[in-house]
Amino acid sequence: MKVKNGIYPEKVYTVSEITRLVKQALESTFPLIWIEGEMSNFFRHHSGHLYFTLKDEASQLRTVMFRSEVKQVPFEMKDGLQVICRGHLNVYEPRGEYQLVVEVVEPKGKGALQLAFEQLREKLKKEGLFDTKFKKKLPLLPKKVGVVTSPSGAAIVDIIRTLERRFARLHILIYPVKVQGEGAADEIVEGIDYLGSLADIDVIIMGRGGGSIEDLWAFNEEKVARAIFNCSVPIISAVGHEIDFTIADFVADVRASTPSVAAEMVIEKEQSFLERIGTFEKQIISQEKYFLQELKSEVLSLAHHKIFQNFKIKLLNLEQKIDELETKAWNTIQKEQQKIGENKSSVILMEEKIKNNVKRMLQNFQGQWEKLAAELHNLSPLNILKKGYTLCWRDEGQRLVRQIKEVHIESEMIVSFFKGEFTCLVKNVDSNKLIKSRLSKEER
Amino acid sequence: MRDLSFEKALAELEKIVEKLEGGDLSLNESLALFEKGVKLARYLREELQKAEKKVEILLKDEKGETRKELFELPQEEESSASEKDEDDLPF
Repeated sequence: MKVKNGIYPEKVYTVSEITRLVKQALESTFPLIWIEGEMSNFFRHHSGHLYFTLKDEASQLRTVMFRSEVKQVPFEMKDGLQVICRGHLNVYEPRGEYQLVVEVVEPKGKGALQLAFEQLREKLKKEGLFDTKFKKKLPLLPKKVGVVTSPSGAAIVDIIRTLERRFARLHILIYPVKVQGEGAADEIVEGIDYLGSLADIDVIIMGRGGGSIEDLWAFNEEKVARAIFNCSVPIISAVGHEIDFTIADFVADVRASTPSVAAEMVIEKEQSFLERIGTFEKQIISQEKYFLQELKSEVLSLAHHKIFQNFKIKLLNLEQKIDELETKAWNTIQKEQQKIGENKSSVILMEEKIKNNVKRMLQNFQGQWEKLAAELHNLSPLNILKKGYTLCWRDEGQRLVRQIKEVHIESEMIVSFFKGEFTCLVKNVDSNKLIKSRLSKEER
Repeated sequence: MRDLSFEKALAELEKIVEKLEGGDLSLNESLALFEKGVKLARYLREELQKAEKKVEILLKDEKGETRKELFELPQEEESSASEKDEDDLPF
């Protein structure tokens, strides 16, 4: 064979031959390499395989990533992402093109899981899954607590011990799940869905003890986040230690730094419940006592008033009756108060007594009181004063003025209303004027 | 749900205390509040007593049917203590 320049080639390759040789040379020289670059022309084929180009300022390299490897990438791959890929060079003979067959993709500068975490957090945040308006309030006194965790982990021990310490009688239902590894997220989702579907579960604790980001990964998966969000029962997320934040923590109604803390959030100490109730009760009793004392002193101060001097004997009787009733009532109340302080274990007995004794006493007192108050009411000129009439006093308020002749020009008089009084200087006295003329004037 | 009524009752009791402290009540009102408050306190204590202690675990059989079993904590403290003892041995 002769060619133009008169040089005879030693060997002429077919396209297939040279392609195969290049393939052999390339593939044996670069069986495993790491390449960094920017992802572009990202394309996901419906078969599940991925195609993208790695590029830098000057060059481009085609890549393919097969479905089974794609599944292992936790974060979302897209154009513009700076990545480091591990793989081998391969020549695709039908097209004579070389490409990188990618086995592993890592984001540049941070771990793959870290990037996946950030991406999902951003996405769910945008969707509103972390919004405080969706956070459910924890019940004050749950009767039944659901726990989604491993039955053999440290978390379940911490949770049960803490709950038992705080509140002796509590119904706990454990939904056992794998908390790490293949299938863990699916089991956690099942657990949340199942416990959330039970009518009598008041609150759910979901979590596990500490571990690496890989160990905690199930709690960073989107399906777990969505299960938490869709659960109708309030969920406390307790994953790892204080410093570990997972997606589950952001979606849950409450985040607890550790499983023990979650248990503490579930229920107040029984003792502190009792103390709260006891304090309220004491306040009620002392308020009631104070209230009745006020009433009594009001009545007595009226009774001591000169106006009632004519009825003095009758009032003395009234006063005595009031005192008797009062003493009885107070004795009972005080006894009950002491009991509250001294003997917490017999609270039920104490309640029974309060209910029966104090109530009866107070009802009795109330009945008597109403009778007395009615009597007092009938006797009282104050009743009239309440309507706006006044009384007039002379001699520095010592004597009640009943007739005009008791009033002299330039003398000081005290005029009192039901509430309030004023002192005045008499400017003029008209002994003959009738009240009628003034009243008719006012009507006009 | 009982827990809601517990919360309501506690809030109501607190309100009664406030009302009584606020004053401006007739004797009748005051006594009625007092009685109600004492009843509420009693109810709250009863509610606290009502719950029963139980720790259960859900188990699934091959058919996917769930059943509950009583769950007991592993005697973790003792076993870890004995392990520790062994670790302390010099050989």
